[in-house]
Amino acid sequence: MASIDIVPGPADIVRAESVWSKIRYHAAAHPLGVVGAAIMAVFVFAAIFADLITSYDPIKTNSLITLVQPSHAHWLGTDQMGRDIYSRIVYGARISLAVGLGSTFLGCVFGVALGLASGYIGGWVDLVIQRIVDVLQSVPLLVLALVMAAALGPALDNTILAIAIPLIPYTARVIRSNTLTLREQPFVEAARAVGMSEFRIAVRHVLPNTLAPLIVIATAQLGAAILTEASLSFLGLGVPEPHPSWGRMLSESAAEYMHTAPWLVIFPGVAISLAVFGTNLFGDALRDILDPRLRN
Amino acid sequence: MTAMADASAPAMLAVRDLKKHFPIRKGLLQRAGGTVFAVDGVSFSIAAGETLGLVGESGCGKSTVGRTVLRLIEPTAGHIEIDGRDITHLSKTELRPYRRQMQIIFQDPFSSLDPRMSAGDIVAEPMRVHGTARGGDVRKRVAELFDRVGLRKAQMDNYPHQFSGGQRQRIGIARALALQPKLIVGDEPVSALDVSIQAQVLNLMMDLQRDMGLAYLFISHNLAVVEHISHHIAVMYLGRIVEYTDKRTLFTKALHPYTESLLLAVPVPDPKVKRQMRVLQGDVPSPITPPSGCHFHTRCPYVFDRCRSETPLLREVKPGQLVACHLR
Repeated sequence: MASIDIVPGPADIVRAESVWSKIRYHAAAHPLGVVGAAIMAVFVFAAIFADLITSYDPIKTNSLITLVQPSHAHWLGTDQMGRDIYSRIVYGARISLAVGLGSTFLGCVFGVALGLASGYIGGWVDLVIQRIVDVLQSVPLLVLALVMAAALGPALDNTILAIAIPLIPYTARVIRSNTLTLREQPFVEAARAVGMSEFRIAVRHVLPNTLAPLIVIATAQLGAAILTEASLSFLGLGVPEPHPSWGRMLSESAAEYMHTAPWLVIFPGVAISLAVFGTNLFGDALRDILDPRLRN
Repeated sequence: MTAMADASAPAMLAVRDLKKHFPIRKGLLQRAGGTVFAVDGVSFSIAAGETLGLVGESGCGKSTVGRTVLRLIEPTAGHIEIDGRDITHLSKTELRPYRRQMQIIFQDPFSSLDPRMSAGDIVAEPMRVHGTARGGDVRKRVAELFDRVGLRKAQMDNYPHQFSGGQRQRIGIARALALQPKLIVGDEPVSALDVSIQAQVLNLMMDLQRDMGLAYLFISHNLAVVEHISHHIAVMYLGRIVEYTDKRTLFTKALHPYTESLLLAVPVPDPKVKRQMRVLQGDVPSPITPPSGCHFHTRCPYVFDRCRSETPLLREVKPGQLVACHLR
C-alpha cells in the first residue's frame, strides 16, 4: 500500500503557525466550552499537584477534630473520622478522573472497534459480534463488579474494568448503526472505485464520520462512570478504603450526616456535579469544533 | 456484438453479454426467494474519445451496468474489457492498476464527498492511494486539477458543505480525473443539479473529453442531456438494450417502439407545435418476474403473438443501428 505521509504544503505551514489563533477563535465561538475546559483543567491540576495544594493527610484520622464545621483551618470542614474534607476531595480527583477517563477510554476503544467491524464487514462477522455484545449487555454491572472484586480483590484497575465493560455494548451499537448508514454512502463507493482497501476506507472515511455521536457518548459516560464508581465504592466493591473517593464520601455520609453535618454531603456532591457538568460542556463544544459543517 | 463501435477505433471499454442477477434472500434462514434480473445480457463498446449515452427509465438497470463495468458490483456473467484487457475475473489486487484507468462521477454531489475531508484532500486521495504523486507534488497536482475543472485554488482547504451543488460536482470530476483515467462512468452526473448548472458541467465534461481523449459511459434518464453529450446512444428497458445507434439516427429515425415512446414524451419548447402524445400505459413490469419473450410486450402498441413467446435479439437492421424488435 502506498504511504500516506502528508508533507505540509504551503497552506499547511500557515495553518500550523496559527494554532493559538485557532484556539482563540474556537474559544470565542464556544464560551460554554471554555467554562467546561476550565473546570476540567482545575480538576486535572488538583489531581496532579494534590501534594502541593493540601496541608492535611487525606487518610490519617484524628478523633479530636471529628465533624468540624468549615473554618479557617479546615476550609471544607472535617468528616466523622477527623479527616480534612478539602484534602480528601483534592486527592479524590485522582481516583475519580482515573476511573472516569480510564473506563470511558476502554469502553470506547473496544466499543468502536467492535461496532465498526460489525457494521462495516457485516454478514457472519456482524452476527457473531452482535451476540458477544448481547452477552456483555446481559451481565448486570453490580454482579460483574462483585465477581471481579471477589476474584481479583477490590482495586482501582478492577473498578475501571468493571465500569468499562458495560460501556462496550452501548458504544458498539451506536457506532454499528452509524456505520451501516455510512458504508452505503457514495463517497465510500468513490473510495472503492479508486482502489482503496476496505480497512483504509473504514478508518479514513467511516470512522471520522462517527465522531459526533462518539463524543456525545464519551462525555456522557465520563460523568456516569464517576457516579457508578460512587455506588460501587459504597458497596465496598470499588476503590478500597481508606483511599478517598468522591462517590464513597457522598454515599457514606448522605443518610447519617445530612442534617447534622451537611458539609460532608454537599462538597463531594458539588465536586461530582462540577466534573460531570464540565465534561459535558467541553464535549459539546468539542463535537461542534470537530465538525467541519458547523465551522464557518 | 463487434459491429457496435467503429471497427477502426479500438474499444476502450468492451462489454459482452453482461448479466447481474441479485438474489433476494428471505426470512431467518436466508432462503433464496427469487432473483432480480437487473442486467440481463448487455453488450456494447466505447472507443477512446467517445461518449455512449445509456438511457432508460428508473429501475431499468442502467446504474447497475455502470457499477458492474467498474467492478463495484460483481457481474453474474459476461465479460468486461478495458483497453483490450479482460478484467472480469481479476482479483482485488490485480484490479488495482486498472482502477487508475476507470473512474466514476456520481449523481448526488452531496453524499459523494466525505463531509469531513477538505476538497483538496478529497481530490488528492486517489493519488495518495496509488502513489502517483508524493509530498508537495500532491498539492501542486490538486491545484492543477482545481484549475482544470474551474475551481479556485484558494478553495482547496474548504470543506464540501462550503460549495454549491455545481461546484461539488466539479470536485467530484476533479477526483475522477486525479488518476488520469481513460474511461469515466457518469452515473446521472447532472440530474441533481439546477438546469442552469447542468449545461456548465456537461460542457466541462465535453471539454475534458476533447483534451484528454476520455471515453464516457454517460448514464441518464434525460434525453436532452444525453443528446447534448453523446456520440452513440443505447436505450435500455428492463435489463436489456433495445436499441443502439448514433445520436442523429436515434433522434430522427428510431426504430424500437420503446424508443419512439420515449422520444414522443419529450416536451417541445414551442406552444404552436401540436403533437400527438403517446403515453405508455401501465408501469414498468417488475424485474423479479420480467415478462416472457420481449420484455416490452406488455406496454407495446404493436404487440403481436410472437412478442409474448420469443425474445427478440439485438441485431443490426440498418448499418450502425441495432434494434431488438420482431417488427424490424
